[in-house]
Amino acid sequence: MKNVRKIKTTITYILLSIWALIVLFPFYWMLLTSIKSYASYNGEYVPKFYAEHPTFENYVNAFTAVPLGRYFLNTLIFTLVTTGLMMVVIILSAYAFARIDFKGRAALFAFFLALMMIPNELVIITNFVTITNLNMRNTFLGLILPSVTSVFYIYLLKENFEMIPEELYKAAKVDGTSDIKYLIKVMIPISQPTIVTIIILKVIECWNAYVWPRLITDDENYFLVSNGIQSIRENGFGRENIPAMMAAVVAISVPLIILFLIFHKKIMAGVSRGGIKG
Amino acid sequence: MLPAILFLGVFMVYPLIDVLIYSVEENYNFASQVYSGYGLFNYSYVLHDTYFVQALKNTFIIVIITVPISTGLALLISLGLSSIGRIQSLFQTVYFLPYVTNTLAVGLVFMVLFKKTAYSDGLINLLINAFGGKSIDFIDGPYWAKIMVMCIYTIWVVIPFKILILTSALASVNEEYYKAARVDGTSPFRIFVRITLPMISPTIFYLIITGFIGAFKAYSDEVALFGTDLNSAGMNTIVGYVYDMLYGNSGGYPSYASAAALILFAIVFTITVINLLISRKTVTQ
Repeated sequence: MKNVRKIKTTITYILLSIWALIVLFPFYWMLLTSIKSYASYNGEYVPKFYAEHPTFENYVNAFTAVPLGRYFLNTLIFTLVTTGLMMVVIILSAYAFARIDFKGRAALFAFFLALMMIPNELVIITNFVTITNLNMRNTFLGLILPSVTSVFYIYLLKENFEMIPEELYKAAKVDGTSDIKYLIKVMIPISQPTIVTIIILKVIECWNAYVWPRLITDDENYFLVSNGIQSIRENGFGRENIPAMMAAVVAISVPLIILFLIFHKKIMAGVSRGGIKG
Repeated sequence: MLPAILFLGVFMVYPLIDVLIYSVEENYNFASQVYSGYGLFNYSYVLHDTYFVQALKNTFIIVIITVPISTGLALLISLGLSSIGRIQSLFQTVYFLPYVTNTLAVGLVFMVLFKKTAYSDGLINLLINAFGGKSIDFIDGPYWAKIMVMCIYTIWVVIPFKILILTSALASVNEEYYKAARVDGTSPFRIFVRITLPMISPTIFYLIITGFIGAFKAYSDEVALFGTDLNSAGMNTIVGYVYDMLYGNSGGYPSYASAAALILFAIVFTITVINLLISRKTVTQ
């Protein structure tokens, strides 16, 4: 009986390790390929699982032959501004829904939630036309504006705000504290874990954004990393320079992987609580 | 508060109505913004477009193959995870990694692994050769080979989320039930069917429903593997068709894009309603 159990556990461990290998292998392969030289990569009919003469020339190539640095900077600006603006918008909205009594609050909130049902694809068509007609193609404003609000995050934050006891608010009111001051001094610090989770999830979303940026930019100067990697693939280093392409892929993936390694507990808790696929 | 209403109004509500209007305006010209009348011509055009039919077929194949496999596999992995004590959280963290990576970037790695070039057949083909098979070009080759890579990559991308959700669902099943069952001498398989499965059935259905919705909207994974010109690769999806109609070499037709998007919406809506009806009958509350 005990032996059977042991064998079962061992098999479980082996199978789980195999899956871990499947998950990690693409990451290993891109790292490996990115440090092989162009000549040695193309010389290996059977690719080697290690690099004989590791080189960093591909990384130099990735940042000089194509404007990868520019893509990075654009993505960074886009991510910071979008996330920053969105936090202001959603914190104020969640506060209004959680604490301020106004006519039709419940109805308005139900309406907000109903908006979550509308598929993004429908919305994107009109947004594309709107932004185009406003002459905001190939501008940061056009890239950023449509994604500075999120019903889902307002909902998440509102739930959190509502858990803060009403008495605190009343006490603050008696002391003559203004709503804004109460929000900044009391509610935001108390809800900090949720706010941090939202920020991280939004940053990931921004870093990986592809569809909207692709529609709204065709000028390389405004490409984000996703569009950048796509244009590198299609006409970057010449189609066959795969090591340089992999160096670009590594460079793009590293920031998020570092973010994930630092905050993996928060990210996983946030995603499982939010229950949405980014 | 007010800014949120403003943003949502301009970028969510207005668009929905607008798309409906676009989809019935005939011969709409984006540059001059004129149209000849109202009618259902756009829908009929889209439904008779061979590219759309191809996209519809591809999308349905993705849905039918990837949703059951990814959900089933995620369930097996989560069961394995919850049965081990040591290094469970390490495995969990590793398994979640694909969720945070840029799918466009990692898609290129899959392309390299599967692609057959003049220099090398690619790692996967060498593996196939080792088992006595013949090399296939998975990226520019036969249709079924392209579908296969696409499904493998899609599963690789969507499974981290499912594993995470299922693992936490399994962890929240009350330990007392298992203890009681073990005292009664119930077999592990019976425990799984009679206790575990009913307890986590709401989560499974939630994942199936969101899985269907997500798979119907497949697009960027295909771009990552086959490039932006999905029509000529024969690998377009409905969402890809919508965007191609909107912008790019074949773009400039918001009416066709709107009609296609609304057809997609109708399909997803119908399937979600069916899913919900089934789940109401089978899920243990």
